Amino acid sequence: MEKQHNWPLWEIFIRSRQGLDHKHVGSLHAADSAMAIENARDVYTRRMEGISIWVVESKYVHASNPDEASSFYDPANDKVYRHPTFYDLPDELKHM
Amino acid sequence: MMTDASSTIFQDKIDQDIRIEPKDWMPDAYRKTLIRQISQHAHSEIVGMLPEANWITRAPSLRRKATLIAKVQDEAGHGLYLYSAAETLGISREEMIDQLHSGKAKYSSIFNYPTLTWADMGAIGWLVDGAAIMNQVPLCRASYGPYARAMVRICKEESFHQRQGFEILLTLSRGSEAQRRMCQDAIDRWWWPSVMMFGPNDDASPHTAQSMQWKIKRFTNDELRQRFVDICAEQVKLLGMTIPDDQLRWNEERQHYDFGPIDWEEFRNVINGNGPCNKERLAARVQAHEDGAWVREAALAHAEKKIQYGKTA
Repeated sequence: MEKQHNWPLWEIFIRSRQGLDHKHVGSLHAADSAMAIENARDVYTRRMEGISIWVVESKYVHASNPDEASSFYDPANDKVYRHPTFYDLPDELKHM
Repeated sequence: MMTDASSTIFQDKIDQDIRIEPKDWMPDAYRKTLIRQISQHAHSEIVGMLPEANWITRAPSLRRKATLIAKVQDEAGHGLYLYSAAETLGISREEMIDQLHSGKAKYSSIFNYPTLTWADMGAIGWLVDGAAIMNQVPLCRASYGPYARAMVRICKEESFHQRQGFEILLTLSRGSEAQRRMCQDAIDRWWWPSVMMFGPNDDASPHTAQSMQWKIKRFTNDELRQRFVDICAEQVKLLGMTIPDDQLRWNEERQHYDFGPIDWEEFRNVINGNGPCNKERLAARVQAHEDGAWVREAALAHAEKKIQYGKTA
């Protein structure tokens, strides 16, 4: 087996404030997860942009295919009745 | 043909200001242009650390030293944001580094000038970072998503760089006669190279039209250069210094400053490797990379060993 000489790529997710979701901010290379977290701190939170970091090795991220986006999301396209505004109700009706 | 339909859809998206993302179809030339531009930009951030690092140990106070370190650290960060953005286009980090080290890839020629005095830290912050900001703000709306997002992050951080530079010059401009001379000397040396940072004149810039159609570029080189000159011509008054251009004067009709001719011969010379510091800069980069090889290998070996022993960190 050929020895891998390069550090793998990691995707970085940061929670900017307590109560918010972790959000993807970018990626970086690191030898392991501990180094990825430390590097993410230095690269992406130099100005207190985060209070929590997730790192995921990029090879484990699976994504939907943009070429199939129209058919893939099609099932939701004609179901306007999933939205509250679809329903005709009198203005007198309160608290709904 | 598939490509015809795809390229129509692609240009439609661009025209509607819909961002292109890594897995979307894109023309080969668009991908190549982006890889070239983003990697050159990344290389510039990384090489750009060298002229300033030169002054960290000689900064005149602890405050100046702390801010200069923070600025250089930001530049490392900017290089990393940009390398990752370029990697989403299918080029590896190693390929980019190899291209830099072999001289195949370029970086901003401004970093091939030496930093002779402390005032150069001020002039670089004010003029070089000022010109960079002028170039970079429109890139926050570039059509390629990962590039635009990296640029948003970079632009937020750059404004500290410019302000710290101007503050250095302002302090010198209020100092002793020798300090004032040092301030003017730095402006004299950095002015024209900064004006050249916007690249060739529009009529000599073959890629501009295509890049604007793809919305990678939003303004031409000359438009951005004019804006830069207009702003600096006013700001320099605050320093009580002058810009080294005897043809610089306000043109009431154009509502812009006129300025003297640019020495493109010098520009080409420096780009082609004959600037005062080209060899030194590249040698410093290559040496840092080679000296760090054992660290990269050791970290990888350590990570593998941990997996072997079943205690992933």
